[in-house]
Amino acid sequence: MTLNLDSKIPSGPLTEKWAKHKFEMKRVNPANKRKFTVIVVGTGLAGGSAAATLAELGYNVLSFCIQDSPRRAHSIAAQGGINAAKNYPNDGDSVKNLFYDTIKGGDYRAREANVYRLAEVSNNIIDQMVAQGVPFAREYGGYLDNRSFGGAQVSRTFYARGQTGQQLLLGAYSGMMKMVAKGKIKQYNRREMMDLVTINGKARGIIVRNLLTGELERYAADAVLLCTGGYGNVFYLSTNAQVSNGSAAWRCYKRGAAFANPCFTQIHPTCIPVHGDYQSKLTLMSESLRNDGRVWVPKKEGDTRKPADIPDEDRDYYLERVYPSFGNLAPRDVSSRQAKFRCDEGKGVGSTKMAVYLDFRDAIKRDGRDTIAGKYGNLFEMYERITGDDPYKTPMMIYPAVHYTMGGLWVDYNLQSTIPGLHVLGEANFSDHGANRLGASALMQGLADGYFVIPYTLSNYLASTPLEKVTTEDNAFKDAEQAVLLQTSKILGINGKRTVSDFHKELGHIMWENVGMSRNEAGLKNAIDGIRKLREEFWHDVNVPGETGNFNLELHKATRVADYLELGELMALDALERRESCGGHFREEFQTPDNEAKRDDDNFTHAAVWEYTGQNSSPIRHQEELKFENVQLATRSYK
Amino acid sequence: MASTENMTLNLKIWRQKNATTEGKLVDYRVENVSPDMSFLEMIDVLNDQLVRKGEDPIAFDHDCREGICGMCSMAIDGKAHGGFKNTTTCQVHMRHYKNGDNIVVEPFRASAFPVIKDLTVDRSAMDKVMAAGGYVTANTGNAPDGNAMLIPKPIADEAMDAAACIGCGACVASCPNGSGMLFMSSKISQLALLPQGQPESPRRALNMVYTHDSLGFGNCSTHAECEATCPKGISIEHIARANREYMKAAFTYHEKKRSEGGA
Repeated sequence: MTLNLDSKIPSGPLTEKWAKHKFEMKRVNPANKRKFTVIVVGTGLAGGSAAATLAELGYNVLSFCIQDSPRRAHSIAAQGGINAAKNYPNDGDSVKNLFYDTIKGGDYRAREANVYRLAEVSNNIIDQMVAQGVPFAREYGGYLDNRSFGGAQVSRTFYARGQTGQQLLLGAYSGMMKMVAKGKIKQYNRREMMDLVTINGKARGIIVRNLLTGELERYAADAVLLCTGGYGNVFYLSTNAQVSNGSAAWRCYKRGAAFANPCFTQIHPTCIPVHGDYQSKLTLMSESLRNDGRVWVPKKEGDTRKPADIPDEDRDYYLERVYPSFGNLAPRDVSSRQAKFRCDEGKGVGSTKMAVYLDFRDAIKRDGRDTIAGKYGNLFEMYERITGDDPYKTPMMIYPAVHYTMGGLWVDYNLQSTIPGLHVLGEANFSDHGANRLGASALMQGLADGYFVIPYTLSNYLASTPLEKVTTEDNAFKDAEQAVLLQTSKILGINGKRTVSDFHKELGHIMWENVGMSRNEAGLKNAIDGIRKLREEFWHDVNVPGETGNFNLELHKATRVADYLELGELMALDALERRESCGGHFREEFQTPDNEAKRDDDNFTHAAVWEYTGQNSSPIRHQEELKFENVQLATRSYK
Repeated sequence: MASTENMTLNLKIWRQKNATTEGKLVDYRVENVSPDMSFLEMIDVLNDQLVRKGEDPIAFDHDCREGICGMCSMAIDGKAHGGFKNTTTCQVHMRHYKNGDNIVVEPFRASAFPVIKDLTVDRSAMDKVMAAGGYVTANTGNAPDGNAMLIPKPIADEAMDAAACIGCGACVASCPNGSGMLFMSSKISQLALLPQGQPESPRRALNMVYTHDSLGFGNCSTHAECEATCPKGISIEHIARANREYMKAAFTYHEKKRSEGGA
């Protein structure tokens, strides 16, 4: 099978591509929209905004979420903010500037046309969210307030305290609930997508597990939108929520949707460090804290004085020292690596020595405690609840943690995967962030895809594709359901000795050590071997008690871990094949003398796109060449 | 009372197979609990022991584990989320307990929240209240510029205080009447404060209150247990504002049935 990797980028100048494409795309007449049914899997910012908007347009939407309510999707946990090129502060921002920062931030591994469109619609998102009643932070004069985020020299981030993701998600959710009340969205909660159903090569439905009853259910539609987020939980410990998982995307991959850049993982620099092996998750401390907090370690190795007793001359404010022009607001990949270097040198702090300080002493002295509390009060409280330390009095201790995956299912300019009818939105796709995502851009992308891209491109697909009538009684549905049943009974029948969490923790350890912040050839090969062995062991020795016909939480976890044990291998393989460093992908073999990522533009200015070829054969690596016509490839410098 | 050393705890946990069977409190003992663990991590450790013995683990709702998704519930020693100020269950840490403590863990108890299994309850009634009017009808499209509408900072801040609701249902579980008023009023109040919410304000208040009352939530008699329990510290001032909105609407608002068509 040859993979069709036509990105369908419209011709013409960058600034006119989207307008031209919108004009040229086919539309569905308002009276005909009600004849189409669209499945939306996931209710985060991408899924929630898409479901609401498509229902408003008149499509029948079937919406699925894994939690007990669409309002709980993990977009809710985003703290810091959302970017837009409004240039309200008059500091020189523009669509072009946001586009450029995002391309550069992604280390020149994202598509120009997609990123430009993202920057173009960013302003509409803010307007839309304000119209919906999102209480963004305001100045006394009543105008919207902005702050700065990493990788930018302008203040373009809109925020609602430290709960921006929550407020945006509740905006999208309220739009959804309005359409639920009108009967245009049918909402299915506590459902997990188990497989994609394709008929005549087109995505026509899904199989889901009703998590409460254990029953499998079939749903048919004219198109499927996958908005299921990222796969960071392959690392076991991450900032992701517990049920955030990669299975829906992985099942689509196995049905023929190509997977792009699986190794591009974002490790966020400011998280609360690991404190014990019972730990279930890592908590993020918003990047916005770096607007006022200063990151440092003691200059002397093994300095055990209390942080307050270490005078300035004995502190190494290493981000300010190494990157004077961006300082503490260096991008995430760069800041994370620097923290790792300092700890590797033995200068880490805290009981595990795997942490650095994020200090607000100077900001509190400068602006007063009340001002700092006004900006970050809820984050400070959260930190104190978890660690028992008061950041007003003693610096926070932070360390990098897995946070986001830039890789995901390959999509063209229309957000369609290599399976016609399967569209992929938000973090689940690969398209906009290249090898590193800038802070406050995930919320922007999720909402851009759902509110302002998919309504046009999906209408184009529905208007221009012959769609034969299908029902859930078709063989493709029966076969897909049967395959899920078989897998379930196989897992339940193993009755081994090790728990699902045992396997997940061991996999996470392999991934963090070898496919984490710093990677090398030997480590990646070890990881691939280790994951294969672990997978083998899983299928012989996992212990999942209970039966299928009820609320079986261990079974739910087991099917996700079974997929992680395959996905982890593909991530390692992708990292092995990408023989360069770029963004969050740091190969030790490829670095500059001062330890910065060294790209190889001659050989790797492309997205690596993986095609599944079967359980017992190796996936095929394809390439989508990235053409840069509007920005010049340059060494990314924040110095 | 904060502990710094590992402890052994005696738990009584509500086990109930499903909505139709009767449940009961079952005794469990958990050893080696680190004070740095979260309450849910302590339950994870217990569940791990149960799974290793081939027993059914305790079902409980949880997701983000950082206090924002509103998925975790549980009443700990009779208090929703354990009764710690501004804290969800997932953010309760074991340093608040001491060696040998007896802890009773039950599901949220409210007639609008039937038990699904063990500590998991059905809170879908809250979505229905939201669907009855917890939104601004602003279809996606060309909304006016975000700065076209000026909102004074104190008003935006107060709206944000209300909007902080995570929809966990602790207010319902802590209320002697099982009322969802704090939850519902936080949305009515947020949108009543903001200019965007004005056109639909009366309709919203009438429909949401009607739906709330019809779903088995009780009414508010100002015990204020909800405010004390709310993990986001939402004030009952918002109930007062929602009541005002409701009263205003009840006396002044009615929609005529319209039948005129268009050309």
